[in-house]
Amino acid sequence: MVRADLRNRSASANAGASINGAPAPASAGAVEADRVAPSAVGTSKVDTSKPERHRPALRRSHRRQARTALLYILPAFVFYGLFVAAPWLHSIWISFYDWDGIGPSTWVGLENYVAVLTEPLLQRALLNGLGFIVFYTVLPVGLGLVIAAVIAARQRRGAGILRTILFLPQILPLVAVGVIWRYLYGTDGPINQVLTGAGLGDLTRAWLGDFEWAYFAVGFVGTWVTTGLCTMLLLAGMQKIDPSLYEAARIDRAGAVRQFFHVTLPGLRPEIVIAVTVTIISALASFDVVYVTTGGGPGRTTTVPGVLIYQLVFTSNRVGVACALATVLSALILAIVAVVGRLGKERS
Amino acid sequence: MNRVASRVLSNAFLLIAAASVVIPFLALMSAALQPSSTLAPRLEWPSDPQWSNFAEAWTAAGFASLIRSSAIIALVVVPIALICATLAGYAMGTMRLRGKGALFAFFIAGLTLPYEAIVIPLYFDFRSIGLIDTYWAVILPLAGAFMPFGIFWMRSHFEAIPRELIEAAELDGASSFRVLTQVLLPTARPALVTLGLLNFMWAWNQFLLALILLRDPSMRTAPSGLGTFVQQYGENIPLLAAGTLIVIAPIVILYFIFQRQFISGMLQGAIK
Repeated sequence: MVRADLRNRSASANAGASINGAPAPASAGAVEADRVAPSAVGTSKVDTSKPERHRPALRRSHRRQARTALLYILPAFVFYGLFVAAPWLHSIWISFYDWDGIGPSTWVGLENYVAVLTEPLLQRALLNGLGFIVFYTVLPVGLGLVIAAVIAARQRRGAGILRTILFLPQILPLVAVGVIWRYLYGTDGPINQVLTGAGLGDLTRAWLGDFEWAYFAVGFVGTWVTTGLCTMLLLAGMQKIDPSLYEAARIDRAGAVRQFFHVTLPGLRPEIVIAVTVTIISALASFDVVYVTTGGGPGRTTTVPGVLIYQLVFTSNRVGVACALATVLSALILAIVAVVGRLGKERS
Repeated sequence: MNRVASRVLSNAFLLIAAASVVIPFLALMSAALQPSSTLAPRLEWPSDPQWSNFAEAWTAAGFASLIRSSAIIALVVVPIALICATLAGYAMGTMRLRGKGALFAFFIAGLTLPYEAIVIPLYFDFRSIGLIDTYWAVILPLAGAFMPFGIFWMRSHFEAIPRELIEAAELDGASSFRVLTQVLLPTARPALVTLGLLNFMWAWNQFLLALILLRDPSMRTAPSGLGTFVQQYGENIPLLAAGTLIVIAPIVILYFIFQRQFISGMLQGAIK
């Protein structure tokens, strides 16, 4: 409300000025509005009621408050700027050089990026990472929808314990998750033991050493980890949907399945967008599980960008290419996150 | 489908979902208690549980030192991150500042940044200033990496506090720092506890930074130690399983005590 008032006031001030011919120099009102508009709703209440003649004093106090604010932000800015933003920029910088990590470096322009996009190994890593979206995002969100719908359908004893259990994989160190699954997938491991015991001995294999199956085996670990998070997110969303919508659907004789597709699913759009965003980031940035279970093998079948970046730096000494791959990876994540966010907004 | 059948079916479905999470842990536990040279432990509760495997794994992998490293890192990072995020979140949530939106966007962009994108320059930069193989090599980047979520989290907390509370204190002549410490922080306890727990978990679980920035075996953290342990004792399943349980124990215990905070924190953090 307050904000709208201010905007109107400044808009009319501007309009008045431009009618006179001259391009309007920003009026005091417009400056105020600009300053207020992007800030939090709460802060705009303070000054609007103050009369015009207090403006210089007010501006001084604003400046003082801005200085105070910057002082409070400074420590966070230093840590984040020095140890996150600066290394990231430095990584982009290195990506334009041919460098083995020890000797002198030579400027090569975009050559490293050409390598990322054309060298089969690097392409493979990016594609493997993108393919993980099926295991980290598509399956967990799908499974999560079903599990959450079943949980939400009625009150149950033990619902609390169920949530605690389902969420558990999400808090474990991924290295430990990798070690657990390395054991489960082992040649003589539990999975093969169960298969043999069930008379399906033909299906047993060295899951993590199998050129055809290793990728799926490693990818499925991601499903195991993220399904609980997706379920809980979607469940929280389902509990926020207005019950009267279901009532209306029932009056229209919509069955449980139609209710799910016409009421639940549209109502869950924000939660689905979040689940998709968060899990896509973990799919593309995956490292720990692959490093521990297969190290990228057999062959290159499970090499993901994270693992390849590590190998490029520490075994092949191609630091420039590694940085180019890292840059492409972060750009890819940013682009996908932006697109997903846009899609989520557009449809709602 | 009649009611009873659908109830049985849906319960069975949830039971399967829960079992698929629990069974890997039971398998791990049973493996950890088998005689330590067992190559392929059977998937059954051992008749003679070998609790000594835990002691053996503890000394074989040097867990005393690994856990000490992890604890030092986590216990230094968490207060730093909490203080910085509180201060910045306070300013972002309650104060007037030109360009605040852009600054906030700059911080939030970090939420999407994978550690892979910063760890290489960190390694070479830290090597040239001699920070590699010191705990600071992991503490500093982690504190920085926790800022986006922390600021975001604390900002939404402070924004939700009624403006009148702050104004009243200001009218009484309280400085901005006094407003923070005397008026706002008492209400921020739950938010801080949750953020602290999440930061502790992320610090404890961190692998990539620890693996690359702490090369000296004596400095390794529990997860990176486990990563190396796999390579050395990959065939000795009982020891490996025991080691894994040792590494996850602290975080799982914390999770069971504070599950409400963990779950709601991660969900709200994602949603807000």
